[in-house]
Amino acid sequence: MAGMTVIVRTISRLLFPFMFLFGIYIIVHGHLTPGGGFQGGVILAASVIMLLLAYGIEGAQAKVNVLQAELAESLGGLILVGLGLLGVVLGITFLKNVLPLGELGHIFSAGNLPVLNLGVSMKVAAGLLMIFYAMLRLQGGKE
Amino acid sequence: MSRIIALSMVLVIGALLVFTVNEYLLPFGAFPERRIGSFENESIGQRILRDAPRTTGSANIVTSVVWDYRGYDTLGEATVLFTAVCGVAMLFRAARRRG
Repeated sequence: MAGMTVIVRTISRLLFPFMFLFGIYIIVHGHLTPGGGFQGGVILAASVIMLLLAYGIEGAQAKVNVLQAELAESLGGLILVGLGLLGVVLGITFLKNVLPLGELGHIFSAGNLPVLNLGVSMKVAAGLLMIFYAMLRLQGGKE
Repeated sequence: MSRIIALSMVLVIGALLVFTVNEYLLPFGAFPERRIGSFENESIGQRILRDAPRTTGSANIVTSVVWDYRGYDTLGEATVLFTAVCGVAMLFRAARRRG
């Protein structure tokens, strides 16, 4: 994949950090405002896919390579299952909200929910990116 | 002839959908009233809206339903995504190796 014209490259390079930051905002405020792990993860994946469309596969893999995406996806799954098992270890049920609840409306509140949002966002972002990389490899791009 | 049949079926189904939405859809902000045990005027939706901020500590009630009330379901959803990614990666890597 060769990449696109200089206009598309410049715009997507300038837009990338803002899109990434917006995705992180959606994830971190998942328990306060509309949005959450899935939605924010999709925005993160879309920001890297935008670079991939503009610069070709090398430009995107300079930011996130296949190994990093695989690691992030597995780590997200481990966070979800680990927090679920924490409830079992403490003697309550699986996936019980065991961390302290905090004050309603603050960013460090709601116990497990922000951490679970973080885990699922890593999983979704890296998973969608992995699908794109796998399909592009078939097309003839190098890993 | 078949085009006329197809067009008339589209029209009938469209009219049916519009009629259903107009007649049977609840007004905005209303909840289906269903009897839970001895509660007459309470539905599951109203109950979750009232109790979710206190029991889960989350201001976003959708998140509290997704990760607290129905946590198993969301974990299964994440598992489905993981399996899909594994399948796509496996399939395309095998196809690349062969040709």
